[in-house]
Amino acid sequence: MFQSERFWGGLRGVINVLLVIYMLAPLVVTLVISFSSALYLTFPPPGFSLQWYEKMFSNPTWTRALWTSLKILVPAAFIATICGTAAALALNRMTSRWALVIRGVLMAPLIIPVIITAAAIFGVFRIWGLYGTLHGLIIAHVILTLPFVLSTVSANLAVFDRRLEDAAMNCGATPWMTFRRVTLPLISPSVMSGMLFAMVISFDELIVSLFLSTPRVRPVTVQMWSNIKGDTDPTIAAIATVLFMFSLLALLMDGIARRRSGQAPGL
Amino acid sequence: MFLKNRNIWLLAPAVLLIGICFLFPVSWLLQRSVSEPVWGLQNYITIFSKTIYLGVLWNTVAIAGVTTLLCALIGFPVAYSMAHSSPWIRKVLIFSVLIPFWTSILVRSFAWLVILQRGGILNDFLAGIGLIAEPLDLVYNRFGVLLGMVQVLLPFMVFPLFSVITRIDGSYFSAATNLGATPIRAFFRVYLPLCLPGLATGAMLVFIISLGYFITPALLGGRGDIMIAQLIFERIDEFGDWPLASALAIVLLVGTGLLFVLVNALIKIRGRGI
Repeated sequence: MFQSERFWGGLRGVINVLLVIYMLAPLVVTLVISFSSALYLTFPPPGFSLQWYEKMFSNPTWTRALWTSLKILVPAAFIATICGTAAALALNRMTSRWALVIRGVLMAPLIIPVIITAAAIFGVFRIWGLYGTLHGLIIAHVILTLPFVLSTVSANLAVFDRRLEDAAMNCGATPWMTFRRVTLPLISPSVMSGMLFAMVISFDELIVSLFLSTPRVRPVTVQMWSNIKGDTDPTIAAIATVLFMFSLLALLMDGIARRRSGQAPGL
Repeated sequence: MFLKNRNIWLLAPAVLLIGICFLFPVSWLLQRSVSEPVWGLQNYITIFSKTIYLGVLWNTVAIAGVTTLLCALIGFPVAYSMAHSSPWIRKVLIFSVLIPFWTSILVRSFAWLVILQRGGILNDFLAGIGLIAEPLDLVYNRFGVLLGMVQVLLPFMVFPLFSVITRIDGSYFSAATNLGATPIRAFFRVYLPLCLPGLATGAMLVFIISLGYFITPALLGGRGDIMIAQLIFERIDEFGDWPLASALAIVLLVGTGLLFVLVNALIKIRGRGI
């Protein structure tokens, strides 16, 4: 029986189906419930309605939280992209072995558990008066997202042909012009994808935000956290869907940017 | 080339940011853990001598360990199936494993709550088809935590395994069975050892990442499933107990750091072909 091709093929089929259910069920349930016409959590929902989205967008608690999240993620992703790309360029050209050490230090916020970063930043930011401020949250999110930009751009620079720059310079281009017209266009897909990564991570970030936010400055994930602990109301499913759509949108944009530049889509 | 002499300035913003807003805060944490209430290791001694803290440390290691084991048990057949399926099915599987990766942990934990709670979808369904009379406790306990964590961490196990399995030559297995080994014996003596590098990398990744987990255990677990990250949060948030929370954070940092160094060393040894 164990030798038979059909048995193994069937078993593989069962494994595949179970896996897909396990990985996707939570997401599908959330999406479906967010469009439920019932007044409480029930599955499958009796009908389709947009009432939870209406509730979400008419409730100032949620709109303010969404707005706060945007006010954090845009500047944070912008700063992280600039600093991360600059660092990636510098490290790519550094020959000393300090480059490895510096890269390790810059990547550290990605490697060490976020709870440590969160506690440390909270402790110090409280002293510096950055606790409960938008600035504090933006800086904290830059720290968390910079490693993603650095690693994405570095991976691109590792396969970048430096002779193209030499060629431009030999033809009389100034260093700035070479950078602007040759280097940047060639690495721009990875810079773009690093920035999208940074945006998604900032939007989804909870732990550091939980420490740094106050009822006045409260991003959407923290608002969700305090609601989930209370009860599971379908409005949260609507918010969850918005969060997911944001990630999906970023993923699609990344795919488009890569396809345009002729690069293989990455993870 | 052109940036050679001035490139150091490009590093300045990132290094300053990480230095001032990350390295300094972490060292501040380290200092608080040994300087309050008086200089010394008393906070660490408390952590390693009081039953409640030891219980949390044990929980952390136990949950991370069982998560790793489950990820390996589930990840292996999944990676195998992925490697041996048609391109189309492979795409579906990769997509399924990666999608949760792109959804926030908060969203996923909420979804599990909706499915698993006492009045949730799964209990309703099981009661509906008459399989259970009383709703089952599927969440706010160890089961819920493990279910949630395995789902999140599975990609870290599946992809290293997948990359190893696709490179294994199927004829080794056939050779073993042709020479008289039972399929089970051939699997354990020939196939599994060949997968070991991927399995080891995946297991270490899953274990290290699970140690610092916070949101999933906090939302899906009960009082008996508190892990170290949650304890750090509660110590600071509810009690303002910085010395102890700092010491806990440093314990977690050193623990994950040591494991990380170990993994790197293992990878290097393997890289030399030993």
